[in-house]
Amino acid sequence: MELFANLALGFSVALTPETLALAVVGCILGTMIGALPGLGPSNGVAILIPLAFSFGLDATHSLVLMTAVYYGAMYGGRISSILLNIPGDEPAMMTTLDGYPMAKAGRAGDALVLSGVASFVGAFLATIGLMLLAPVLARVAFMFGPAEYFALYLLAFCTLGGLGSNNQAKAAISVCLGLGIAMIGVDKSTGLTRFTGGSLHLFDGVDFLVAIVGLFAVAEVFVFIESHGRDSAIGVKLEKIRIPVKDIMNSGWTMLRGTAIGFVAGLLPGAGASLGSFLAYMLEKSTARDKSTFGTGEPKGVAAPEAGNNAAAGGALVPMLTLGVPGSGTTAVLLALLMTLNITPGPLLFTERPEVVWGLIASLLIANVVLLILNVPLVRVFSRILQVPAAVLLPGVTMISFVGIYSLSGSYFDLLLMIGFGVLGYALRKMSIPAVPVILGILLGGHMEVSLRRAMVLSDGDWTYLFASPISIGLWIAAVAGFILPLFLRPYLRTPVQVTPDDDSGRDRG
Amino acid sequence: MSDRITGLIVAVLALAFAAGASQLEEPFFADPLGPKAFPLLISAVAFLAGASMVMRPDAEPAWPGLATLMRLAVAMVILVAYAYALKPLGFLVPTAIASAALSYQIRPRAVQSVIIGLALAGGLFVIFKYVLGLGLFALPRWLMG
Repeated sequence: MELFANLALGFSVALTPETLALAVVGCILGTMIGALPGLGPSNGVAILIPLAFSFGLDATHSLVLMTAVYYGAMYGGRISSILLNIPGDEPAMMTTLDGYPMAKAGRAGDALVLSGVASFVGAFLATIGLMLLAPVLARVAFMFGPAEYFALYLLAFCTLGGLGSNNQAKAAISVCLGLGIAMIGVDKSTGLTRFTGGSLHLFDGVDFLVAIVGLFAVAEVFVFIESHGRDSAIGVKLEKIRIPVKDIMNSGWTMLRGTAIGFVAGLLPGAGASLGSFLAYMLEKSTARDKSTFGTGEPKGVAAPEAGNNAAAGGALVPMLTLGVPGSGTTAVLLALLMTLNITPGPLLFTERPEVVWGLIASLLIANVVLLILNVPLVRVFSRILQVPAAVLLPGVTMISFVGIYSLSGSYFDLLLMIGFGVLGYALRKMSIPAVPVILGILLGGHMEVSLRRAMVLSDGDWTYLFASPISIGLWIAAVAGFILPLFLRPYLRTPVQVTPDDDSGRDRG
Repeated sequence: MSDRITGLIVAVLALAFAAGASQLEEPFFADPLGPKAFPLLISAVAFLAGASMVMRPDAEPAWPGLATLMRLAVAMVILVAYAYALKPLGFLVPTAIASAALSYQIRPRAVQSVIIGLALAGGLFVIFKYVLGLGLFALPRWLMG
């Protein structure tokens, strides 16, 4: 019954005209951002966050707007995957495998509608999962002490690094880079400054919004200039849109399986949507009676990853809200938003700020219905976005990022730092070093250190305290497994993905 | 080779970071761990990871050619100049120039780039100033009075 009372509270927040309008605006913006090749949810949210602040929105409203953008971008990502064979970002990559062949075979409209429905099933059920599971996990999280939190942060870094990169050393470097940057500034426990090089600008540390916008948005500008703008033109002609009832009926179980597996993948701290869509696709392929149709335009190969990645997006919100540990790159960006709004995600959020959490959940349920309407009947409108030439898009994105950061701090230094992060992000991408762990490191580094130091205070310097409770032992085992297992599983997991020879367009992203 | 060089740089940086951390003063009221331990831990992990990159490098990434590198360098100069120009010169002029230049970098067509620059500067200014309500100055402040 408590659930219904909470939901009623949530809907009372979400159904105000202002919140509703923000959810709809967020959905439209998000779908547009997701549809643009090269701009994924994390870029989109990163660019828009500084602007959301300039609006002067309160916590609930900012969160509703940005998560609507997040969900919208997850929906929109499939449009460029299907029509151009260019995934908006990594989670949308699996959709190119069967989506683009379907479009080439003259079924672009069917693929878009089917994937829209699959996105809805995945995201809607995952939001219900979030609603049911988050309060339970929040209660478990009350049992977490500093030692458990330290192990949990470690788990997030290990799974994110282990799964997000093909090279464990590179993942570790990326995490260390983020943690190292997080150490810059005044040490909260002692008041000493560390690694500032005497620069006053660095006393407050490096603002994670500056790092995020630099690493994602500015780096993207360099990548675009290098690739000469990959002129955006519709690759496949969109025929009349109709609802492919037969495909939707046939893929019912596929969507449900994809949702379940995607949601679980999203729950894993650090693993996120790429893993969700990947596992959903592989499960569907491996259990199919006729595997040979996969990769040639199989509707189930479109439904599974779309349900999977959208469900993972919902799942990733669970650890972010209950534990303060983001499950994906975009939720890391959302976590930055929360922290900047002075909201500390964690178990207390559910008791202290129920209107934020339940308002968000109710808005997400509404946003999904809005997104279904936007993405099925109106998909033709959104596919027009693909015609915006890169020569307009990229300068526009750059200027928005600059003004966003400038309006927050008004300092040259932050803008220069942002450009520096842009160069770093470009170099990291060239070297196949993942950028998301850097962000996560900057976000969580301070908390991780504080947890470790508190644990040492509690145990009077006894290191074994870190492994003293069953929860922390479990988390340590999961962390080590999350880092090491992909090394052994990768040969089995990754090879079958490279089924389409012309799927190299997404190789340099992520 | 790139991986080996990067690994080496990471290892050296990790050592420098460790050196920096060990120089930190330990205040007398510090907790058992103090402000040094965590940074030292990070540098140890980074050193190992850097060393492992030197030992086992991946295949060479596809670096851009000299011409592209030049274009990237020019783009970076444009961005830095834009960062410095935004405050003294107001929004419109630097934005028009910077976006025209960036647009030219992506698609080298002069007239088109100028039009894109002007349109973006004007359009974004209207959106930022009047829709979002940001306190932007259109022109240099001494001109605006």
